[in-house]
Amino acid sequence: MMTSALADSATMLRRNLKHMLRYPSMIAFMILMPVGFLLLFVYILGGTVGPAGHAGRAAYATFITPGIIALTMVAASTATAVSVASDMTGGIIARFRTMPIARVSMLTGHVGRGVIQTVLGMVAVTAVALLTGFRATTSAASWLAAAGLLILFAFALTWLSVALGLAAKTVEAASNAPTPLIILPFLGSGFVLTQSMPTAIRWFAEYQPFTPVINTVRGLLIGGPIGNNAVIAIAWSAAIALGSYLWARKLFSRDPVRA
Amino acid sequence: MASRAPQAATATTAIAVTGLRKSFGEHLVLDGIDLTVQQGTVFALLGPNGAGKTTMVQILSTLIRADGGQAALAGYDLNTEPARVREAIGVTGQYSAVDELLTGAENLMLMADLYHLGRAAAKARTGELLGRFDLTEAAGKLVATYSGGMRRKLDLAMTLVSEPRIIFLDEPTTGLDPRSRRTMWQIVRDLTRGGVTVFLTTQYLEEADQLADQIALLDHGTLIARGTPEELKRRIPGGHTRLRFADASTLAKAQAVLARPGKPDEEALTLEVPTSGSVPELRGILTRLDDHGVDVAELTVHTPDLDDVFLTLTGN
Repeated sequence: MMTSALADSATMLRRNLKHMLRYPSMIAFMILMPVGFLLLFVYILGGTVGPAGHAGRAAYATFITPGIIALTMVAASTATAVSVASDMTGGIIARFRTMPIARVSMLTGHVGRGVIQTVLGMVAVTAVALLTGFRATTSAASWLAAAGLLILFAFALTWLSVALGLAAKTVEAASNAPTPLIILPFLGSGFVLTQSMPTAIRWFAEYQPFTPVINTVRGLLIGGPIGNNAVIAIAWSAAIALGSYLWARKLFSRDPVRA
Repeated sequence: MASRAPQAATATTAIAVTGLRKSFGEHLVLDGIDLTVQQGTVFALLGPNGAGKTTMVQILSTLIRADGGQAALAGYDLNTEPARVREAIGVTGQYSAVDELLTGAENLMLMADLYHLGRAAAKARTGELLGRFDLTEAAGKLVATYSGGMRRKLDLAMTLVSEPRIIFLDEPTTGLDPRSRRTMWQIVRDLTRGGVTVFLTTQYLEEADQLADQIALLDHGTLIARGTPEELKRRIPGGHTRLRFADASTLAKAQAVLARPGKPDEEALTLEVPTSGSVPELRGILTRLDDHGVDVAELTVHTPDLDDVFLTLTGN
């Protein structure tokens, strides 16, 4: 049973990766959105928000890159929710459901694709950030640790997107479902320090899941105290992944044809 | 009609259904269906749109759950052993179940991989099915570029990758041109020759007549009739030959001459002579009229078909 779940998941992942390569506008969108914000913040607002001059721009680019990477994950979530919803409304899932295959593979195939797609997006966006002046100042080990945490959080958000895609009745609804997440890097530590915010927003900013992730990645890449942010980020990732997996499984095992 | 309990499942019973019920909310779709399908035969579930045909297929193919009743497929209980049932069946639904972003060959390989056939066997099976369904040339093209008929053929080919013992075909020829329809019919006939059981739904009476060993008529969630095509045709008024004459006097003369003149229609100047439609019988009638100098202006032969059965039984 376990081996068939792995083999079927690998088959479904191959199918989904082929879709990804043959429908590249999805990836283009999920890279363009965060890159747009990056350029907007660094070149339009950067001169005012950050320290003055060329050095100030680069410093601000360095400060916001973890937030921009978080935005990339949100954009990738939309892509995942859309591809899950369009798969579920097509006829082939009905075929899969009547076949003797591991049922979880119909979801894990999407999760695998979602994580790979998110990682590709994060790499591309980080490359653009490097061009705008972003500089990491720490060791290769810190880079690896940051990458590990980002992949873990991407995994959690991907399961959430799969559940959102399953819950949506139409593809359009699925494309809107993850959109509210876009506000979280802004109402967090992505672009300014939370200390500068009004009390109520500051409280929200400090307790929502994107903040510890951004803080940890920032600490790992440009130095500075991480504190308990890493532990909280990992705990949030695990909780979101588990909760979303259970929700997705429940949604998927409903009868696909209802009143 | 009183519903008969299906026979006890035997080695040759492919599908046995008792008391199957399903509602969507307030709407009762299937109201206690009983039926039995023998192995290696074609069973046609015939009914108008919205009669519950697709729901029946969705339940028997494990896609959705029934509210009540029992069903066994290939000897496995639908409720308690759905995984076993899935190993025995193949489904080609009404809505094309192909992957548009893959090529035809990739779609078939996907099925082969999901059935864990192994590389060599998967390649062989894919090549064989592409050839059999005349898709070899289009094998490397994305399915998004396929015509409706090609999609249907690929869909069925995908269903056959696992060599299922029971195949569900939900309105397999709806929307196909006459030529593709005939191709599909031939494929179904070839399947049963290999011992496969086919459960077919259709709204085309001709299709059921052409393919099915047994037909059941589904209307408003109940089976209103069942039998072989011949048995069903026997349940309705027989065939007749309609003769039209030039004037009333010729009509009267014909009435006097024929042994069984049937019902005259003075307005339309016609006679409806009960016939089976066979050539010797028609020749007899025409020779007799000719011998007595009665000219027939027009002749139409009407043999009962399933349309008549359906109209008679559903009363609309």
